[in-house]
Amino acid sequence: MAAAIVVVGAGQAAAACISRHVALGNPQPLLLIGDESHPPYQRPPLSKKYLSGELECERLFIRPLEWYAEQGVETRFDTRIGEIRPAQKQVVTDDGETIDYDRLLLCTGSTARELPAAIGGELKGVFTMRNIDDIDRMSPEFQAGRRLLIVGGGYIGLEAAAVARKLGLEVTLLEMAERILQRVAAEATSEYFRQLHRGHGVEIRESTRLIKLLERDGHVCGAELGGGEIIDADMVLVGIGASPNTALAEAAGLDCGNGIRVDACCRTSDKDIFAAGDCACFTRDGREIRLESVQNAADQGDLVARVWAGEDVAYTALPWFWSDQYDCKLQIVGLNLGHDQTVIRPGSGPSSLSVWYYKGDRLLAVDAMNEPKSYAYGRKIIEAGKHPGREQIADPATDLKALALG
Amino acid sequence: MAHITWKMADGSEISADIKDGFNLMEGATAHNVPHIEGECGGCLSCATCHVFVDPEWYERTGEVDDIEDTMLDMTDVEREENSRLSCQIIASPELDGLVLYVPEPD
Repeated sequence: MAAAIVVVGAGQAAAACISRHVALGNPQPLLLIGDESHPPYQRPPLSKKYLSGELECERLFIRPLEWYAEQGVETRFDTRIGEIRPAQKQVVTDDGETIDYDRLLLCTGSTARELPAAIGGELKGVFTMRNIDDIDRMSPEFQAGRRLLIVGGGYIGLEAAAVARKLGLEVTLLEMAERILQRVAAEATSEYFRQLHRGHGVEIRESTRLIKLLERDGHVCGAELGGGEIIDADMVLVGIGASPNTALAEAAGLDCGNGIRVDACCRTSDKDIFAAGDCACFTRDGREIRLESVQNAADQGDLVARVWAGEDVAYTALPWFWSDQYDCKLQIVGLNLGHDQTVIRPGSGPSSLSVWYYKGDRLLAVDAMNEPKSYAYGRKIIEAGKHPGREQIADPATDLKALALG
Repeated sequence: MAHITWKMADGSEISADIKDGFNLMEGATAHNVPHIEGECGGCLSCATCHVFVDPEWYERTGEVDDIEDTMLDMTDVEREENSRLSCQIIASPELDGLVLYVPEPD
């Protein structure tokens, strides 16, 4: 077929890129190729309202299925790309079909890490959560009274714990590190969520190693923990992070680190190949980072379409993120990497609190728990390059709105 | 079902029937209304689905709670008295005929 733009991977980054491509009226034909059977959909609700059954599949779709054809965008789902040939500017499907591209966008996402088979990672009743299909396989098992073991105390595991408790499952959550959320948040944020979950009946076991999962007739039935303790479980959810899907890019000789390396225009080491979203890594403040978030995927996808349209743009968006657990809305703005101090700002209600991350006198990021004002005005403050004093932030009498908008 | 009309700054408009229970950010993205992004999926974290409600209809679109009120301070185009985040307006027969104005960023 005629050379066109080819987008490989049908997630949030792809949807944002295509939406902008269409909105800008770029006449170049675009082909979207995805290996799942669905059009691009929102992933955040998977571990929340989709798992709890409050949202049906079609409402996850970022654009309705028919939207793509209406906009003149060709789509191929259930199609896996096995090879990129940068010299020929072609991609090859698993069926051996070659497709020419003029420009290529890789938004191949990330894959949930699994437990090794040697410790029971492949037993029946062991799940990870990444795709609609993962949830569809798992949700029939989410029944009141069943015992769920969650391995990993990150956001995915905690969100699943909240849904499971709501549905009446018994939940034990294992975290190998000293505290849940250790990799991503300050002690105060960990403590908030530890109390929140314990208050809802989740048994949180920190500094606890999983030795192996135990089986009965091929199905998981429990776990052996460090120290030799045995616990029972009817099912296991593994939430121990994700790895960027870089295999295609690496095989094609693209420069990769912890992700496909891109510049500020999301261009890879090949000038005609771009990457966006979970699979891409980029440099920010002298560090190479990779973000797994809707904001990052959507903003990078959007940016790529603008670059194609000839706009002079660079990726500088301020990261933001959210999580919903029970009646707590967590909103995060900024990146706390490299922080050396935190300030706790008491919230306006009994279950609200915000944690402000500083590096020296520089404000980097805010975790806001049921405290949307800290999130929203914190975002404005950071975007404006203001660095309010720590005492000022710690003082609940300080008017954040005045600080942000003043 | 509610028949909704989005009016753009350039005078063009888009109309569509939105099923009861769907929010109007979903309605807008399904029908390609420009400048309505809904990046956070309607959980009040992004403020990218800002609309101005026709003043005659404003009351009927429901109450603005504290979170929405705060997030309306985050919009690209500055809020006005009739501003709403359209993810918080839910289609229902009472909103049949609703007119929304879509802010155009600079």
